[in-house]
Amino acid sequence: MTISYQLKRADFIFKNQNDWEEVLSKSLKRTPQDLINELISSELKGRGGAGFPTGLKWKLTSEISESTKYVICNADEGEPGTFKDREILSMVPFKVLTGMAVCGHVIGAKEGYIYLRGEYFFLLPELNKVIREFDYYCKEINFDFTIRVFMGSGAYICGEETALFESMEGKRGEPRNKPPYPSNYGYMGKPTVINNVETLAHTYTIFKYGAKRFYDLGVQYSRGSKLFSVSGDTPKPGIYELELGMSLADFVDEFGDGDTKAVQVGGASGFLVPRKRFNETAIGFQGKLVGISLPTGGSMMLFNSSRSMFNVLDNYLEFFREESCGQCTPCRVGCQQLLKGIKAVKRGEKNTRYLDKLLRLTETMKLTAKCGLGQSVANSFSSIVENFREEMIY
Amino acid sequence: MYPVSELIKNLADQHGRNRHNLLPILQGVVEQEKYLSEYSMIEIARELDLPASEVFGTATFYSFLEYKKMGKYIIRVCKTITCSMKGKNQILLAIEDMLKIDVGETTPDGVFSLLQTNCLGFCHKAPAMLVNNEVYTDLTPEKVHDILNSYLKKQKEGGSHDN
Repeated sequence: MTISYQLKRADFIFKNQNDWEEVLSKSLKRTPQDLINELISSELKGRGGAGFPTGLKWKLTSEISESTKYVICNADEGEPGTFKDREILSMVPFKVLTGMAVCGHVIGAKEGYIYLRGEYFFLLPELNKVIREFDYYCKEINFDFTIRVFMGSGAYICGEETALFESMEGKRGEPRNKPPYPSNYGYMGKPTVINNVETLAHTYTIFKYGAKRFYDLGVQYSRGSKLFSVSGDTPKPGIYELELGMSLADFVDEFGDGDTKAVQVGGASGFLVPRKRFNETAIGFQGKLVGISLPTGGSMMLFNSSRSMFNVLDNYLEFFREESCGQCTPCRVGCQQLLKGIKAVKRGEKNTRYLDKLLRLTETMKLTAKCGLGQSVANSFSSIVENFREEMIY
Repeated sequence: MYPVSELIKNLADQHGRNRHNLLPILQGVVEQEKYLSEYSMIEIARELDLPASEVFGTATFYSFLEYKKMGKYIIRVCKTITCSMKGKNQILLAIEDMLKIDVGETTPDGVFSLLQTNCLGFCHKAPAMLVNNEVYTDLTPEKVHDILNSYLKKQKEGGSHDN
Protein backbone atom coordinates (compact mmCIF):
# COMPACT_ATOMS: atom_id res chain seq x y z
CA MET A 1 0.00 0.00 0.00
CA THR A 2 1.15 3.51 -0.66
CA ILE A 3 1.76 5.63 2.35
CA SER A 4 0.44 9.15 2.41
CA TYR A 5 2.96 11.16 4.38
CA GLN A 6 0.43 13.54 5.66
CA LEU A 7 -2.22 13.28 8.25
CA LYS A 8 -5.44 14.53 6.75
CA ARG A 9 -8.49 15.21 8.81
CA ALA A 10 -11.89 14.62 7.28
CA ASP A 11 -15.32 15.67 8.38
CA PHE A 12 -18.10 13.58 6.92
CA ILE A 13 -19.41 11.22 9.56
CA PHE A 14 -20.55 13.77 12.11
CA LYS A 15 -21.62 16.38 9.58
CA ASN A 16 -25.32 17.22 9.73
CA GLN A 17 -27.87 14.49 9.30
CA ASN A 18 -30.82 16.85 8.86
CA ASP A 19 -31.30 16.01 5.21
CA TRP A 20 -31.83 12.30 5.88
CA GLU A 21 -35.38 12.37 4.55
CA GLU A 22 -34.17 13.72 1.24
CA VAL A 23 -31.24 11.29 1.02
CA LEU A 24 -33.55 8.38 1.82
CA SER A 25 -36.35 9.25 -0.58
CA LYS A 26 -33.92 10.03 -3.40
CA SER A 27 -32.03 6.77 -2.89
CA LEU A 28 -35.23 4.74 -2.81
CA LYS A 29 -36.09 6.06 -6.26
CA ARG A 30 -32.89 4.58 -7.68
CA THR A 31 -32.66 0.95 -8.79
CA PRO A 32 -30.82 -1.54 -6.57
CA GLN A 33 -28.33 -2.14 -9.37
CA ASP A 34 -27.58 1.55 -9.62
CA LEU A 35 -26.99 1.84 -5.85
CA ILE A 36 -24.77 -1.23 -5.79
CA ASN A 37 -22.67 0.20 -8.62
CA GLU A 38 -22.32 3.44 -6.72
CA LEU A 39 -21.12 1.60 -3.61
CA ILE A 40 -18.73 -0.61 -5.55
CA SER A 41 -17.16 2.34 -7.33
CA SER A 42 -16.65 4.14 -4.00
CA GLU A 43 -14.51 1.16 -2.87
CA LEU A 44 -15.97 1.39 0.62
CA LYS A 45 -14.71 -1.45 2.79
CA GLY A 46 -16.24 -2.60 6.05
CA ARG A 47 -15.27 -0.36 8.94
CA GLY A 48 -15.63 -3.04 11.58
CA GLY A 49 -12.09 -4.17 10.91
CA ALA A 50 -12.36 -7.09 8.51
CA GLY A 51 -12.58 -4.73 5.54
CA PHE A 52 -14.89 -6.70 3.26
CA PRO A 53 -16.06 -4.58 0.29
CA THR A 54 -19.50 -3.29 1.26
CA GLY A 55 -20.86 -3.03 -2.28
CA LEU A 56 -19.99 -6.67 -2.95
CA LYS A 57 -21.65 -7.74 0.30
CA TRP A 58 -24.90 -6.04 -0.69
CA LYS A 59 -24.66 -7.40 -4.23
CA LEU A 60 -24.17 -11.01 -3.10
CA THR A 61 -27.17 -10.81 -0.79
CA SER A 62 -29.33 -9.08 -3.38
CA GLU A 63 -28.70 -11.91 -5.85
CA ILE A 64 -30.20 -14.58 -3.60
CA SER A 65 -33.88 -15.08 -4.33
CA GLU A 66 -35.61 -15.51 -1.01
CA SER A 67 -38.66 -13.67 0.29
CA THR A 68 -37.31 -13.02 3.79
CA LYS A 69 -34.00 -11.23 4.23
CA TYR A 70 -32.54 -9.14 7.00
CA VAL A 71 -30.35 -6.07 7.43
CA ILE A 72 -28.37 -6.01 10.66
CA CYS A 73 -26.34 -3.18 12.05
CA ASN A 74 -23.53 -4.50 14.21
CA ALA A 75 -23.28 -2.18 17.22
CA ASP A 76 -21.61 -4.73 19.48
CA GLU A 77 -18.53 -2.57 19.71
CA GLY A 78 -16.40 -4.54 22.16
CA GLU A 79 -12.83 -4.35 20.95
CA PRO A 80 -10.65 -2.79 23.66
CA GLY A 81 -9.88 0.78 22.66
CA THR A 82 -12.86 1.27 20.34
CA PHE A 83 -15.66 3.70 21.09
CA LYS A 84 -16.56 5.33 17.77
CA ASP A 85 -19.81 3.46 17.10
CA ARG A 86 -21.42 4.74 20.27
CA GLU A 87 -20.61 8.27 19.21
CA ILE A 88 -22.14 7.72 15.77
CA LEU A 89 -25.31 6.25 17.24
CA SER A 90 -25.72 9.13 19.65
CA MET A 91 -24.71 11.97 17.31
CA VAL A 92 -25.95 10.94 13.84
CA PRO A 93 -28.29 7.95 14.25
CA PHE A 94 -30.40 8.93 11.23
CA LYS A 95 -27.45 8.28 8.93
CA VAL A 96 -27.21 4.73 10.20
CA LEU A 97 -30.95 4.13 9.92
CA THR A 98 -30.97 5.57 6.41
CA GLY A 99 -28.09 3.31 5.43
CA MET A 100 -30.01 0.30 6.77
CA ALA A 101 -33.20 1.25 4.94
CA VAL A 102 -31.40 1.79 1.63
CA CYS A 103 -29.74 -1.59 2.11
CA GLY A 104 -33.20 -3.06 2.70
CA HIS A 105 -34.32 -1.55 -0.59
CA VAL A 106 -31.27 -2.94 -2.40
CA ILE A 107 -31.43 -6.52 -1.14
CA GLY A 108 -35.20 -6.73 -0.67
CA ALA A 109 -35.38 -6.90 3.12
CA LYS A 110 -38.25 -5.58 5.17
CA GLU A 111 -36.73 -5.92 8.61
CA GLY A 112 -33.65 -4.44 10.15
CA TYR A 113 -32.06 -4.93 13.54
CA ILE A 114 -29.48 -2.98 15.47
CA TYR A 115 -27.56 -5.33 17.75
CA LEU A 116 -26.54 -2.99 20.55
CA ARG A 117 -24.05 -4.15 23.17
CA GLY A 118 -25.40 -4.39 26.71
CA GLU A 119 -22.87 -1.86 27.97
CA TYR A 120 -24.58 0.79 25.82
CA PHE A 121 -28.04 0.24 27.31
CA PHE A 122 -28.17 3.91 28.24
CA LEU A 123 -28.41 4.79 24.51
CA LEU A 124 -31.63 2.83 24.14
CA PRO A 125 -34.35 5.39 25.06
CA GLU A 126 -32.99 8.03 22.68
CA LEU A 127 -32.35 5.47 19.94
CA ASN A 128 -35.89 4.12 20.17
CA LYS A 129 -37.24 7.65 19.88
CA VAL A 130 -35.22 8.24 16.71
CA ILE A 131 -36.36 4.90 15.29
CA ARG A 132 -40.01 5.84 15.90
CA GLU A 133 -39.54 9.06 13.96
CA PHE A 134 -37.80 7.16 11.17
CA ASP A 135 -40.56 4.54 11.09
CA TYR A 136 -43.14 7.26 10.80
CA TYR A 137 -41.42 8.75 7.77
CA CYS A 138 -41.05 5.35 6.09
CA LYS A 139 -44.80 4.82 6.45
CA GLU A 140 -45.44 8.27 5.06
CA ILE A 141 -43.54 7.51 1.86
CA ASN A 142 -44.98 3.99 1.70
CA PHE A 143 -41.67 2.24 2.22
CA ASP A 144 -42.07 -1.05 4.05
CA PHE A 145 -39.12 -1.36 6.42
CA THR A 146 -39.05 -1.70 10.20
CA ILE A 147 -36.04 -1.34 12.46
CA ARG A 148 -35.76 -2.79 15.95
CA VAL A 149 -33.03 -2.80 18.54
CA PHE A 150 -31.78 -6.09 19.94
CA MET A 151 -29.79 -5.77 23.15
CA GLY A 152 -26.68 -7.82 23.79
CA SER A 153 -25.71 -8.86 27.30
CA GLY A 154 -21.99 -8.43 27.66
CA ALA A 155 -20.18 -10.82 25.35
CA TYR A 156 -17.30 -9.63 23.16
CA ILE A 157 -17.60 -12.62 20.86
CA CYS A 158 -21.10 -11.56 19.77
CA GLY A 159 -19.44 -8.92 17.58
CA GLU A 160 -18.41 -11.84 15.36
CA GLU A 161 -21.22 -11.88 12.80
CA THR A 162 -22.32 -15.49 13.08
CA ALA A 163 -22.08 -15.44 16.88
CA LEU A 164 -24.29 -12.36 16.74
CA PHE A 165 -26.93 -14.29 14.77
CA GLU A 166 -26.81 -17.13 17.27
CA SER A 167 -27.26 -14.64 20.08
CA MET A 168 -30.25 -13.04 18.36
CA GLU A 169 -31.73 -16.49 17.93
CA GLY A 170 -31.67 -16.92 21.70
CA LYS A 171 -28.62 -19.14 21.93
CA ARG A 172 -25.11 -18.98 23.32
CA GLY A 173 -23.04 -16.59 21.23
CA GLU A 174 -20.90 -19.27 19.61
CA PRO A 175 -19.61 -18.59 16.08
CA ARG A 176 -20.75 -20.87 13.28
CA ASN A 177 -18.60 -22.52 10.68
CA LYS A 178 -18.17 -20.49 7.51
CA PRO A 179 -19.26 -21.10 4.77
CA PRO A 180 -22.21 -20.71 4.55
CA TYR A 181 -21.72 -16.96 4.73
CA PRO A 182 -24.35 -14.53 6.00
CA SER A 183 -25.23 -13.49 2.45
CA ASN A 184 -26.71 -16.99 2.05
CA TYR A 185 -27.41 -18.13 5.56
CA GLY A 186 -27.55 -15.45 8.23
CA TYR A 187 -30.05 -14.59 10.94
CA MET A 188 -32.69 -17.34 11.19
CA GLY A 189 -30.98 -19.02 8.27
CA LYS A 190 -32.04 -16.24 5.90
CA PRO A 191 -29.83 -14.11 3.62
CA THR A 192 -28.53 -11.26 5.76
CA VAL A 193 -26.42 -8.19 5.28
CA ILE A 194 -24.56 -7.33 8.45
CA ASN A 195 -22.63 -4.06 8.51
CA ASN A 196 -20.76 -2.13 11.14
CA VAL A 197 -22.32 1.12 12.40
CA GLU A 198 -19.62 3.24 10.78
CA THR A 199 -19.90 1.45 7.44
CA LEU A 200 -23.60 2.31 7.28
CA ALA A 201 -22.87 5.92 8.16
CA HIS A 202 -20.38 6.05 5.27
CA THR A 203 -22.98 4.71 2.83
CA TYR A 204 -25.01 7.79 3.72
CA THR A 205 -22.14 10.03 2.62
CA ILE A 206 -21.80 8.05 -0.61
CA PHE A 207 -25.51 8.18 -1.46
CA LYS A 208 -25.65 11.86 -0.64
CA TYR A 209 -22.55 13.16 -2.44
CA GLY A 210 -21.85 10.35 -4.88
CA ALA A 211 -19.05 7.81 -4.85
CA LYS A 212 -16.40 10.19 -6.10
CA ARG A 213 -16.37 12.43 -3.03
CA PHE A 214 -15.61 9.36 -0.91
CA TYR A 215 -13.19 7.75 -3.37
CA ASP A 216 -11.11 10.92 -3.56
CA LEU A 217 -10.14 10.51 0.08
CA GLY A 218 -7.46 8.10 1.18
CA VAL A 219 -5.00 6.16 -0.94
CA GLN A 220 -5.12 3.24 -3.34
CA TYR A 221 -6.87 0.17 -1.84
CA SER A 222 -7.83 2.24 1.20
CA ARG A 223 -10.35 4.76 0.04
CA GLY A 224 -12.30 7.15 2.18
CA SER A 225 -12.02 8.35 5.71
CA LYS A 226 -12.28 6.38 8.90
CA LEU A 227 -13.00 7.13 12.52
CA PHE A 228 -10.16 6.45 14.90
CA SER A 229 -10.62 5.92 18.60
CA VAL A 230 -7.48 7.32 20.21
CA SER A 231 -6.63 6.42 23.80
CA GLY A 232 -3.80 5.54 26.13
CA ASP A 233 -0.81 7.83 26.69
CA THR A 234 -1.93 10.75 24.60
CA PRO A 235 -2.66 14.37 25.51
CA LYS A 236 -5.77 14.32 23.34
CA PRO A 237 -7.74 11.10 23.62
CA GLY A 238 -10.96 10.98 21.64
CA ILE A 239 -12.52 10.22 18.27
CA TYR A 240 -11.00 11.59 15.08
CA GLU A 241 -11.97 11.18 11.46
CA LEU A 242 -8.86 10.78 9.32
CA GLU A 243 -8.19 9.82 5.74
CA LEU A 244 -6.86 6.30 5.40
CA GLY A 245 -3.29 5.67 4.37
CA MET A 246 -1.39 7.92 6.75
CA SER A 247 1.86 6.69 8.20
CA LEU A 248 1.94 5.75 11.83
CA ALA A 249 4.82 8.17 12.34
CA ASP A 250 2.58 11.08 11.39
CA PHE A 251 -0.15 9.76 13.58
CA VAL A 252 2.20 9.63 16.55
CA ASP A 253 3.49 13.11 15.78
CA GLU A 254 -0.04 14.36 16.11
CA PHE A 255 -1.33 12.26 18.97
CA GLY A 256 1.71 11.05 20.87
CA ASP A 257 2.96 12.59 24.10
CA GLY A 258 6.54 12.83 22.84
CA ASP A 259 7.56 9.63 24.55
CA THR A 260 5.59 7.04 22.58
CA LYS A 261 7.18 3.62 22.75
CA ALA A 262 4.60 1.63 20.83
CA VAL A 263 1.11 1.84 19.37
CA GLN A 264 -1.46 -0.92 19.43
CA VAL A 265 -3.33 -0.74 16.13
CA GLY A 266 -6.68 -2.49 15.96
CA GLY A 267 -7.31 -3.26 19.62
CA ALA A 268 -6.33 -6.34 21.58
CA SER A 269 -6.82 -8.45 18.47
CA GLY A 270 -4.61 -6.14 16.41
CA PHE A 271 -0.89 -5.55 16.26
CA LEU A 272 1.56 -3.73 18.47
CA VAL A 273 3.92 -1.56 16.46
CA PRO A 274 7.19 -0.51 18.15
CA ARG A 275 8.71 2.92 17.55
CA LYS A 276 11.31 1.67 15.06
CA ARG A 277 8.53 0.63 12.70
CA PHE A 278 6.41 3.80 12.85
CA ASN A 279 7.79 5.12 9.56
CA GLU A 280 7.18 2.05 7.49
CA THR A 281 3.70 1.38 8.83
CA ALA A 282 0.63 2.73 7.12
CA ILE A 283 -2.87 2.66 8.49
CA GLY A 284 -5.30 1.17 6.03
CA PHE A 285 -6.30 -2.04 4.32
CA GLN A 286 -3.99 -4.28 2.32
CA GLY A 287 -1.13 -3.13 4.48
CA LYS A 288 0.21 -5.72 6.80
CA LEU A 289 -1.58 -4.12 9.71
CA VAL A 290 -5.23 -3.21 10.01
CA GLY A 291 -7.61 -5.27 7.99
CA ILE A 292 -6.50 -8.86 8.43
CA SER A 293 -9.89 -9.98 9.66
CA LEU A 294 -9.75 -7.99 12.88
CA PRO A 295 -13.06 -7.88 14.71
CA THR A 296 -13.10 -4.10 15.02
CA GLY A 297 -11.30 -1.26 13.33
CA GLY A 298 -10.04 2.12 14.37
CA SER A 299 -8.64 1.41 17.81
CA MET A 300 -5.34 3.24 18.39
CA MET A 301 -3.79 2.84 21.82
CA LEU A 302 -0.57 4.64 22.57
CA PHE A 303 1.94 3.47 25.16
CA ASN A 304 4.80 5.57 26.45
CA SER A 305 8.06 4.41 27.94
CA SER A 306 6.62 4.15 31.45
CA ARG A 307 4.45 1.17 30.43
CA SER A 308 5.45 -2.43 30.86
CA MET A 309 4.64 -4.41 27.75
CA PHE A 310 4.35 -7.50 29.93
CA ASN A 311 1.42 -5.90 31.74
CA VAL A 312 -0.15 -4.95 28.43
CA LEU A 313 0.08 -8.50 27.08
CA ASP A 314 -1.08 -9.93 30.39
CA ASN A 315 -4.15 -7.69 30.24
CA TYR A 316 -4.96 -8.70 26.65
CA LEU A 317 -4.59 -12.40 27.37
CA GLU A 318 -6.79 -12.15 30.43
CA PHE A 319 -9.34 -10.45 28.19
CA PHE A 320 -9.19 -13.18 25.55
CA ARG A 321 -9.29 -15.94 28.12
CA GLU A 322 -12.50 -14.54 29.54
CA GLU A 323 -14.10 -13.69 26.22
CA SER A 324 -13.27 -16.92 24.39
CA CYS A 325 -16.61 -18.64 23.87
CA GLY A 326 -15.01 -21.97 24.71
CA GLN A 327 -16.45 -24.04 21.88
CA CYS A 328 -13.18 -24.80 20.08
CA THR A 329 -10.18 -26.22 21.91
CA PRO A 330 -7.35 -24.20 20.30
CA CYS A 331 -8.85 -20.96 21.52
CA ARG A 332 -10.24 -22.11 24.87
CA VAL A 333 -7.12 -23.92 26.02
CA GLY A 334 -4.71 -21.80 24.02
CA CYS A 335 -5.66 -18.55 25.70
CA GLN A 336 -5.34 -20.12 29.15
CA GLN A 337 -1.95 -21.63 28.38
CA LEU A 338 -0.56 -18.43 26.88
CA LEU A 339 -1.54 -16.51 29.99
CA LYS A 340 -0.09 -19.15 32.31
CA GLY A 341 3.00 -19.37 30.12
CA ILE A 342 4.03 -15.73 30.15
CA LYS A 343 3.48 -15.54 33.90
CA ALA A 344 5.70 -18.60 34.40
CA VAL A 345 8.47 -17.08 32.29
CA LYS A 346 8.22 -13.81 34.18
CA ARG A 347 8.49 -15.59 37.53
CA GLY A 348 11.49 -17.54 36.28
CA GLU A 349 9.76 -20.92 36.51
CA LYS A 350 10.26 -21.54 32.79
CA ASN A 351 13.32 -20.75 30.71
CA THR A 352 13.15 -18.08 28.06
CA ARG A 353 12.97 -20.56 25.19
CA TYR A 354 9.49 -21.31 26.48
CA LEU A 355 8.42 -18.04 24.84
CA ASP A 356 9.22 -19.62 21.46
CA LYS A 357 7.02 -22.57 22.31
CA LEU A 358 4.23 -20.15 23.14
CA LEU A 359 4.78 -18.40 19.81
CA ARG A 360 4.35 -21.75 18.07
CA LEU A 361 1.15 -22.26 20.03
CA THR A 362 -0.23 -18.97 18.68
CA GLU A 363 0.62 -20.19 15.16
CA THR A 364 -1.44 -23.30 15.83
CA MET A 365 -4.30 -21.17 17.11
CA LYS A 366 -4.13 -19.04 14.01
CA LEU A 367 -4.49 -22.12 11.81
CA THR A 368 -7.03 -24.07 13.78
CA ALA A 369 -9.26 -21.75 15.78
CA LYS A 370 -12.79 -21.54 14.46
CA CYS A 371 -13.24 -17.78 14.36
CA GLY A 372 -11.43 -14.47 14.34
CA LEU A 373 -11.03 -14.33 18.12
CA GLY A 374 -8.81 -17.38 18.49
CA GLN A 375 -7.03 -16.67 15.22
CA SER A 376 -6.14 -13.11 16.11
CA VAL A 377 -4.66 -13.73 19.55
CA ALA A 378 -1.47 -14.48 17.63
CA ASN A 379 -1.39 -10.89 16.32
CA SER A 380 -0.87 -9.09 19.58
CA PHE A 381 1.01 -11.96 21.19
CA SER A 382 3.68 -12.31 18.53
CA SER A 383 4.06 -8.59 17.88
CA ILE A 384 4.58 -7.91 21.60
CA VAL A 385 6.78 -10.91 22.40
CA GLU A 386 8.97 -10.47 19.33
CA ASN A 387 9.48 -6.74 19.81
CA PHE A 388 9.70 -6.60 23.59
CA ARG A 389 11.10 -9.98 24.49
CA GLU A 390 13.31 -8.63 27.25
CA GLU A 391 10.30 -7.09 28.97
CA MET A 392 8.62 -10.49 29.05
CA ILE A 393 11.59 -11.98 30.89
CA TYR A 394 12.96 -9.34 33.28
CA MET B 1 -48.08 -17.59 42.10
CA TYR B 2 -44.70 -16.06 42.88
CA PRO B 3 -44.25 -12.53 41.54
CA VAL B 4 -41.35 -13.69 39.39
CA SER B 5 -43.56 -16.23 37.62
CA GLU B 6 -45.93 -13.43 36.83
CA LEU B 7 -43.07 -11.29 35.54
CA ILE B 8 -41.91 -14.12 33.29
CA LYS B 9 -45.41 -14.66 31.99
CA ASN B 10 -45.77 -10.96 31.19
CA LEU B 11 -42.40 -10.86 29.47
CA ALA B 12 -43.29 -13.88 27.37
CA ASP B 13 -46.60 -12.25 26.43
CA GLN B 14 -44.74 -9.11 25.44
CA HIS B 15 -41.84 -10.65 23.49
CA GLY B 16 -43.26 -13.96 22.31
CA ARG B 17 -42.62 -17.57 23.21
CA ASN B 18 -40.10 -18.57 20.54
CA ARG B 19 -36.48 -19.47 21.02
CA HIS B 20 -35.36 -16.17 19.52
CA ASN B 21 -37.29 -14.33 22.23
CA LEU B 22 -35.24 -15.95 24.98
CA LEU B 23 -32.60 -13.27 25.42
CA PRO B 24 -35.03 -10.33 25.82
CA ILE B 25 -36.93 -12.36 28.41
CA LEU B 26 -33.78 -13.22 30.35
CA GLN B 27 -32.79 -9.54 30.21
CA GLY B 28 -36.22 -8.50 31.44
CA VAL B 29 -35.96 -10.76 34.48
CA VAL B 30 -32.44 -9.53 35.25
CA GLU B 31 -33.61 -5.93 34.99
CA GLN B 32 -36.20 -6.51 37.72
CA GLU B 33 -34.56 -9.16 39.88
CA LYS B 34 -30.87 -8.31 39.20
CA TYR B 35 -30.17 -12.01 38.66
CA LEU B 36 -31.59 -15.26 37.32
CA SER B 37 -32.40 -17.73 40.05
CA GLU B 38 -32.66 -21.42 39.31
CA TYR B 39 -36.37 -21.04 39.82
CA SER B 40 -36.60 -18.22 37.23
CA MET B 41 -34.68 -20.23 34.67
CA ILE B 42 -36.93 -23.27 35.14
CA GLU B 43 -40.00 -21.07 34.88
CA ILE B 44 -38.70 -19.47 31.67
CA ALA B 45 -38.01 -22.92 30.26
CA ARG B 46 -41.57 -23.99 31.11
CA GLU B 47 -43.06 -20.83 29.62
CA LEU B 48 -41.10 -21.16 26.35
CA ASP B 49 -41.31 -24.95 26.25
CA LEU B 50 -37.54 -25.37 26.17
CA PRO B 51 -35.27 -27.74 28.09
CA ALA B 52 -34.15 -25.97 31.29
CA SER B 53 -30.57 -26.89 30.42
CA GLU B 54 -30.83 -24.83 27.23
CA VAL B 55 -32.02 -21.82 29.19
CA PHE B 56 -29.23 -22.30 31.71
CA GLY B 57 -26.66 -22.73 28.93
CA THR B 58 -27.70 -19.53 27.23
CA ALA B 59 -28.06 -17.48 30.39
CA THR B 60 -24.66 -18.41 31.78
CA PHE B 61 -22.92 -17.49 28.53
CA TYR B 62 -23.52 -13.77 28.94
CA SER B 63 -21.61 -11.81 31.53
CA PHE B 64 -24.44 -9.36 32.19
CA LEU B 65 -26.92 -12.13 32.97
CA GLU B 66 -26.01 -12.90 36.56
CA TYR B 67 -27.09 -16.18 38.05
CA LYS B 68 -26.04 -15.47 41.62
CA LYS B 69 -27.99 -13.15 43.87
CA MET B 70 -26.85 -9.57 43.29
CA GLY B 71 -27.27 -6.28 45.10
CA LYS B 72 -29.66 -3.58 44.00
CA TYR B 73 -26.84 -1.61 42.41
CA ILE B 74 -24.26 -3.59 40.47
CA ILE B 75 -20.97 -1.76 40.13
CA ARG B 76 -18.88 -2.92 37.17
CA VAL B 77 -15.42 -1.42 37.02
CA CYS B 78 -13.68 -1.64 33.64
CA LYS B 79 -10.41 -3.57 33.89
CA THR B 80 -9.26 -3.54 30.28
CA ILE B 81 -5.97 -2.03 29.27
CA THR B 82 -6.54 1.74 29.19
CA CYS B 83 -8.62 1.86 32.36
CA SER B 84 -6.08 -0.37 34.00
CA MET B 85 -3.26 1.99 32.93
CA LYS B 86 -5.16 5.03 34.16
CA GLY B 87 -5.68 3.86 37.73
CA LYS B 88 -8.42 1.23 37.80
CA ASN B 89 -6.82 -0.34 40.87
CA GLN B 90 -7.13 2.85 42.92
CA ILE B 91 -10.79 3.02 41.98
CA LEU B 92 -11.35 -0.58 43.05
CA LEU B 93 -9.53 -0.02 46.34
CA ALA B 94 -11.60 3.08 47.05
CA ILE B 95 -14.82 1.15 46.47
CA GLU B 96 -13.64 -1.86 48.47
CA ASP B 97 -12.68 0.39 51.38
CA MET B 98 -15.88 2.31 51.31
CA LEU B 99 -18.26 -0.63 50.97
CA LYS B 100 -16.14 -3.14 52.91
CA ILE B 101 -16.48 -5.79 50.22
CA ASP B 102 -14.14 -7.41 47.72
CA VAL B 103 -14.67 -7.87 44.00
CA GLY B 104 -17.38 -10.46 43.47
CA GLU B 105 -19.14 -9.74 46.75
CA THR B 106 -22.37 -8.04 47.76
CA THR B 107 -22.83 -5.78 50.77
CA PRO B 108 -24.71 -7.52 53.62
CA ASP B 109 -27.63 -5.09 53.22
CA GLY B 110 -27.95 -6.15 49.56
CA VAL B 111 -27.47 -2.65 48.17
CA PHE B 112 -24.20 -2.92 46.23
CA SER B 113 -22.39 -5.66 44.35
CA LEU B 114 -18.87 -5.08 43.06
CA LEU B 115 -17.62 -6.66 39.84
CA GLN B 116 -14.99 -6.06 37.21
CA THR B 117 -15.85 -6.10 33.55
CA ASN B 118 -14.17 -5.98 30.15
CA CYS B 119 -13.84 -2.88 27.98
CA LEU B 120 -16.80 -0.52 28.41
CA GLY B 121 -15.78 1.63 25.45
CA PHE B 122 -14.75 4.71 27.41
CA CYS B 123 -11.00 4.35 26.96
CA HIS B 124 -10.69 8.05 26.15
CA LYS B 125 -12.28 8.90 29.50
CA ALA B 126 -10.63 6.20 31.58
CA PRO B 127 -11.07 4.90 34.21
CA ALA B 128 -14.74 4.10 33.78
CA MET B 129 -17.41 2.09 35.56
CA LEU B 130 -21.07 1.18 35.26
CA VAL B 131 -23.55 1.32 38.12
CA ASN B 132 -26.44 -0.74 36.73
CA ASN B 133 -26.88 0.96 33.34
CA GLU B 134 -25.41 4.32 34.28
CA VAL B 135 -21.88 5.13 33.06
CA TYR B 136 -19.33 7.10 35.09
CA THR B 137 -16.06 8.19 33.52
CA ASP B 138 -12.82 10.01 34.35
CA LEU B 139 -13.01 8.48 37.81
CA THR B 140 -10.90 9.41 40.80
CA PRO B 141 -11.21 7.89 44.28
CA GLU B 142 -12.90 11.13 45.46
CA LYS B 143 -15.36 11.07 42.61
CA VAL B 144 -16.22 7.45 43.35
CA HIS B 145 -17.04 8.41 46.96
CA ASP B 146 -19.46 11.07 45.78
CA ILE B 147 -21.08 8.74 43.28
CA LEU B 148 -21.60 5.93 45.78
CA ASN B 149 -22.83 8.40 48.40
CA SER B 150 -25.46 9.63 45.99
CA TYR B 151 -26.70 6.05 45.63
CA LEU B 152 -26.65 5.54 49.40
CA LYS B 153 -28.67 8.69 49.82
CA LYS B 154 -31.15 7.53 47.21
CA GLN B 155 -31.40 4.23 49.04
CA LYS B 156 -32.11 5.91 52.40
CA GLU B 157 -34.79 8.08 50.85
CA GLY B 158 -36.77 4.96 50.13
CA GLY B 159 -35.05 3.64 47.03
CA SER B 160 -36.69 5.34 44.11
CA HIS B 161 -36.93 3.02 41.12
CA ASP B 162 -34.51 4.27 38.55
CA ASN B 163 -32.78 2.00 36.03
